[in-house]
Amino acid sequence: MIECTINGETVRLDADPDMPLLWALRDLAGLTGTKFGCGIGLCGACTVHVGGRATRSCITPLKDVAGAHITTIEGLDADGEHPLQQTWRELQVPQCGYCQSGQIMQAAALLKDLPNPSDDDIDAVMTGNLCRCMTYPRIRGAIREAAAAMKEAGTHG
Amino acid sequence: MIKRIFLALLLLAVVVAVAFAVYAWHSELPAMAASDRPDFDAATVEKGRVLAAAGYCATCHTAKGGEPYAGNYPVVSDFGTIYASNITPDPDTGIGDWSPEAFRRAMHEGVDREGRHLFPAFPYDHFTKLSDQDVDALYAYLMSEVTPVNQETREPTLPFPLDLRFLQAGWKLLFVDFGRYQPDPARSDAWNRGAYLTEGISHCGACHTPRNALGAEDPDRRFAGATIDRWVAPALTADNPSGVPWSARDFTTYLTLGADRFHGVAAGPMGPVVHGGVAELPDSDLNALGVYLADVTGAGQRDDRASDATDNAALAASLAAGKPDPAWRLEQGARLYVSACAACHYNATPDSLTATRPDLGINSATRLDDPANLIHVMLDGIPADEGSHGVVMPAFRSALDDQQIAAIAAYLRATRTDLPAWPDLPARVGELRAHAGTH
Repeated sequence: MIECTINGETVRLDADPDMPLLWALRDLAGLTGTKFGCGIGLCGACTVHVGGRATRSCITPLKDVAGAHITTIEGLDADGEHPLQQTWRELQVPQCGYCQSGQIMQAAALLKDLPNPSDDDIDAVMTGNLCRCMTYPRIRGAIREAAAAMKEAGTHG
Repeated sequence: MIKRIFLALLLLAVVVAVAFAVYAWHSELPAMAASDRPDFDAATVEKGRVLAAAGYCATCHTAKGGEPYAGNYPVVSDFGTIYASNITPDPDTGIGDWSPEAFRRAMHEGVDREGRHLFPAFPYDHFTKLSDQDVDALYAYLMSEVTPVNQETREPTLPFPLDLRFLQAGWKLLFVDFGRYQPDPARSDAWNRGAYLTEGISHCGACHTPRNALGAEDPDRRFAGATIDRWVAPALTADNPSGVPWSARDFTTYLTLGADRFHGVAAGPMGPVVHGGVAELPDSDLNALGVYLADVTGAGQRDDRASDATDNAALAASLAAGKPDPAWRLEQGARLYVSACAACHYNATPDSLTATRPDLGINSATRLDDPANLIHVMLDGIPADEGSHGVVMPAFRSALDDQQIAAIAAYLRATRTDLPAWPDLPARVGELRAHAGTH
């Protein structure tokens, strides 16, 4: 039995300790916003926050997150109104959409660390999040706009 | 004295005017009812079909969305718009009452059955080179295979006096070299056949040769390239800008398929010239076109081989420019690092470092003589109860093999430190992988 916090709720998961966190999130917790991409931590589609850090959940064993606080795309903002989610909609970033929850979770961590990221910063941090539809220019634009909006609102985490 | 000179000049003017009138005037040829037309054998009709394709006649003689050969396609010139004639065998509005002789006169001399001069938007300056047999074959095809369409041909929008058809005789006198194609005995049969097709039915120069102020092809700049419908018909001479020079085989391939690997595609106005056009010609004719056009472009002896671009500088430069920059993620370790590690381990400035995002260049794991610590962490990650509490690093044990993890370690060691490379890294990763979980 592994106990952790997912999107603010304490949950007890009766599962194999080596089960990937992604599996537990989708199949046990029913949070399917997080996607399975490559399964080897090289595409970023499964990105969630563990302890506030962007983490590839597909290669993170459940036993490693015991006691940790996990945030998925469903819990990033209660109303789906995180500044990134707003600019994502304004710029119509997604195309097929599959990678986008991972992109947003990675970008949210980026803005927490680097509130005024340069394009180089964005590229360096976001390169691990692949987008098969090549929405990269819009992703970059949405991150820049969200950074500006958060600066104005003074809501940097 | 002055009076006599004036009278002499006047007399001269009258003589010239009369001579021009004699030159310009053409009688109406008798109409021929469809029932009086000669019988056409199937081979002649088929030959005419292929020739009509090679001349892509339907392209200009069919209006957009209109019936084939029913005319009214607008040919926009610098002088005004001329509408292509209805050449279906309709007796009232097409050429249904034309005899073979009338059709020959139109093709060879640019005069219609009624004796009126045709405007040179119709390239009779090329068709004049066609043999009587070929013109008769075209006639046979049009009369027997094309559906009659009753549609009046619109009048051209030419300004006075360009709209006076008899003045066209002056244009002909100045610019047209009438007469059938004369083979050059010094050249091969293929060359002569190619020249006959190029200069005659396929009228390549109509687009590829620049025109003078009066709209005639400039004989001193044959195939020098020109604009057509806001497209460029490139030069077919040595000035052709293609990076790889055209060979005869290239021309043949291009005119057969509409594309050649070194020369792009037949697009814009050239599209219909190939497709449903010259591509209908038999292989021997397409080869002949290649032989002749290669000679026009100065390809010399590279006659029947496709272009060999293995040592072409323009191609080499273009390919080299498209290669990924060798400095850009040169090695596997760098590629893997930016994909698997940088999302968390990238740091922009000294003041942006945090404890939860270790900078690996200054981390002891990267700087120790033994790479074990770095390898362990890459293999098995950091659980929430180690390191920064509640923060996790994933385990790459099942994601990356020994060689890949070794590549990342070697990359970090080489680029983030000035310390000596770790020896035998893949083996070391394998060893630690096998002995995990004992700490």
